[in-house]
Amino acid sequence: MKISIPDSITMEKNNIKIAVLSGKGGAGKTLVSVNLASAAEGSVYIDCDVEEPNGYLFFKPDGVAEEEVSVDMPYVFQQACNGCRRCVDFCKFNALAYIINKLIIFEEVCHSCGGCLLLCPAKALLKKKKVIGRIQKGISEKVEIYTGILNIGEASGIPIIKRLFDRSAVYEDKPVFIDCPPGSACIVMESIKKADYCVLVAEPTLFGVHDLDMVYKLVRLFNKPYGAVLNKCIPGENPAEDYCTQKGIRIIGRVDFDSELGIINSNAKIAVRENEKYKKIFLSMLQKITGEVRA
Amino acid sequence: MKQLLILSGKGGTGKTTIASAFIRLSGAKACADCDVDAPNLHLIMGQTSVPAITDYYGLPKAEINTELCVKCGICMENCRFDAISADTDYKVDAFACEGCGVCELVCTSGAVSFKPAVAGELILYAGEEMVFSTAELKMGSGTSGKLVMEVKKQMKSSAANAGLAIIDGSPGIGCPVIASLSGVDMVLIVAEPSVSGISDMKRIIEAAGMFRIKTAVCINKCDTDPENTNEIESYCMAGNLPLAGRIPFDTNAVKAINRGQTIVDIDCVSGRAVKDVFERTMKILYRQDNEAVV
Repeated sequence: MKISIPDSITMEKNNIKIAVLSGKGGAGKTLVSVNLASAAEGSVYIDCDVEEPNGYLFFKPDGVAEEEVSVDMPYVFQQACNGCRRCVDFCKFNALAYIINKLIIFEEVCHSCGGCLLLCPAKALLKKKKVIGRIQKGISEKVEIYTGILNIGEASGIPIIKRLFDRSAVYEDKPVFIDCPPGSACIVMESIKKADYCVLVAEPTLFGVHDLDMVYKLVRLFNKPYGAVLNKCIPGENPAEDYCTQKGIRIIGRVDFDSELGIINSNAKIAVRENEKYKKIFLSMLQKITGEVRA
Repeated sequence: MKQLLILSGKGGTGKTTIASAFIRLSGAKACADCDVDAPNLHLIMGQTSVPAITDYYGLPKAEINTELCVKCGICMENCRFDAISADTDYKVDAFACEGCGVCELVCTSGAVSFKPAVAGELILYAGEEMVFSTAELKMGSGTSGKLVMEVKKQMKSSAANAGLAIIDGSPGIGCPVIASLSGVDMVLIVAEPSVSGISDMKRIIEAAGMFRIKTAVCINKCDTDPENTNEIESYCMAGNLPLAGRIPFDTNAVKAINRGQTIVDIDCVSGRAVKDVFERTMKILYRQDNEAVV
């Protein structure tokens, strides 16, 4: 059966949140999320890959406003410290040590739980702000662009992702596209928590299938509706497609490997804004996603 | 033991493809996969022995005893990780809980206790030829940095006499990457000639720089965008970063990997190119700091 694809899809008053993830890096998360957001128009794009954000390179947003993200860190008021070491014993992350009559804090391993401040009987620990990164907001055509950027040397971007969702929550009537980090650890979970639908992007390699399996288990664990996009398809065997068939995962789209798209993508251009044929591919994916979420 | 770590910043640039080829070419007695979030190296190492698998425990997670809980809400108020929710009963979300112990500290009715939690698996293939240490983090888990440390520790203790270790890293610049950087002798960055790849490469170069580790760059799929390839090379030259060479895009690479082989197991363009990259990388790894690279 041939499905007719409209020239555009009205997604106004549609606050569906779509997370794009892959497990494996380089499978095409940014390609898919950037192009879906652009095809939808009037949408919100959130780059949760705060360690290596790339979406803004494609959108080149205008009117960029920036906000710092900080976490609470303890610092020591040495004169008040009586050397009881209760904080040192309490800290599960070994972020405090009492060495040669002095309390030392290792900020890089501190998780900002606040426990040491709560229990210090001498009130020798005080709170300070430590900037760990920033978020940026801008606009590209009709797409609102949110980017999280973790400072180099910082371990966890989760507070930045939380802030991205807080700030972007103002758009109650726009579809939201969430570009997730690779892997399947805590940071990915944080990114898909609020999603109504998960798009699993897979490339046709043994590595791609192994990592698709991981995110497939993750979205099932969180009971999220999902579908797969097969990226970099080449003629012949496609292990990712075989995997989807075997698991009964619905394939909502397919992007062929072609050098034209390769050059568009490597030069950080947006395929759906460059060529109608790519717009059709991504509009068709959107149509299937909205159909599934409404069903 | 000289340790060579392979990183990229951006995912999918070819870290594992290159690491596996290096392992074959070097005959290294020790290797490890530090990409504990999405490990792939084991898929093409052709290991035949049965691995030793041990549970990896993260920090114990909080649990609330509903019979003792008086629903005062003080735990929820103090939890910085939004891990406690109150429906009819107070509950801990084990995925959000980081095991800090603050809820237990503030609870006045002794309702909070901590239960050990398996956060992943440590896997060790200890053959006569080679030791291969890897791991798999449980989905949605934190503490991947700590697991990376364990992977490296397991490799070092099982292959104490190995002269060279090749370590496959994870994408990004966050906690698993930082953990993988500690104690290595050199980082080889696999860059990709795209605008995204260049941006990510610059961030990982800066991260490695913070650890003052010797760093070199190679460019994979170099012919897919010659202009961006030139830009990477100019950037490296300007920053005095040695270039370890270029590898062209090769459909045979995908074919080899899908058969569970490395690119040097078959005769192909990328396999031939990676040999040059390997030789140059070894020169950089073993040279004294004041020697020039030839």
